[in-house]
Amino acid sequence: MVRTTIKPHQTRRGFRATGSSPIAVDVSPKEVKVGGEKNGGTQNHPRSTLRPSITPGTILILLAGRFRGKRVVFLKQLESGLLLITGPYKVNGVPLRRVNQAYVIATSTKIEVDTQIAEKFTDAYFAKEAASVKQSAEAEFFEEGKPKVKAAFPESKAADQKQVDKAVLEVVKAKENLAKYLKASWGLSKGQFPHQIVF
Amino acid sequence: MGSTRLYTKGRILGHKRGKRNTRPNTSLIQVEGVTSKEDTKFYLGKRVAYVYRAKTEVRGSHVRVIWGRITKTHGNSGVVKSKFKHNLPPHTFGASVRVMLYPSSI
Repeated sequence: MVRTTIKPHQTRRGFRATGSSPIAVDVSPKEVKVGGEKNGGTQNHPRSTLRPSITPGTILILLAGRFRGKRVVFLKQLESGLLLITGPYKVNGVPLRRVNQAYVIATSTKIEVDTQIAEKFTDAYFAKEAASVKQSAEAEFFEEGKPKVKAAFPESKAADQKQVDKAVLEVVKAKENLAKYLKASWGLSKGQFPHQIVF
Repeated sequence: MGSTRLYTKGRILGHKRGKRNTRPNTSLIQVEGVTSKEDTKFYLGKRVAYVYRAKTEVRGSHVRVIWGRITKTHGNSGVVKSKFKHNLPPHTFGASVRVMLYPSSI
């Protein structure tokens, strides 16, 4: 059965209200194409949940990856379940990026962010470019050791970044110290234990 | 420059064991600042890294890591059981371990 509202939790001692009002969340399973002859073509996969502490505009702390320790702004959750975030780029160098929920701490700091600006971004936007013409093994061998030619960062993506950040920066600049807060990295220091910290 | 530490420190206390028999597939870890069973709840499932240096360079680095996860609590005073990809060798007892903050649930 597909549950679309959150009901009171039933315990042995009777009903216990969960405190949150019913939120309209699309929890219908999504159809996914599957390979293999005997697998029936498609399967129903459950949708990824999002921690209640993560809402659009929440400041997140990245725990791993290239930008570990950075504080970033959460925009929306993509189809795949990954979170779409932005630095903003001008503030801390973090571009529009996907990140997994498990590698993120949600802080209680939230800003007003219009979810419309992130409307057009999907997982396909972040897909890697298909490798161009394959070189012969010999040519590749001679290429090794020479600096690789990198494709220039696409203008359209740079423009997208600016457009999204424009809206976010307005809100960030309005709040006192928020830009400095996002610029600074987070780390544990002596005497700080994460199980005691209120984020 | 402020702190960049994104892990909690821990110590390897030893293998899971009875008085006379050891079970080396599970190691006991003391996480810094954790002194009760309730406090350990935060750390369950978190990934742990035993980081060490070696003389020979492998894949461009002298630093090597054995990864693991915190699996259960151990006793009432905040000690925790963990399983690593490869069992921790006994010479690591007393050594430091990094308890990462991921997979995060907050």
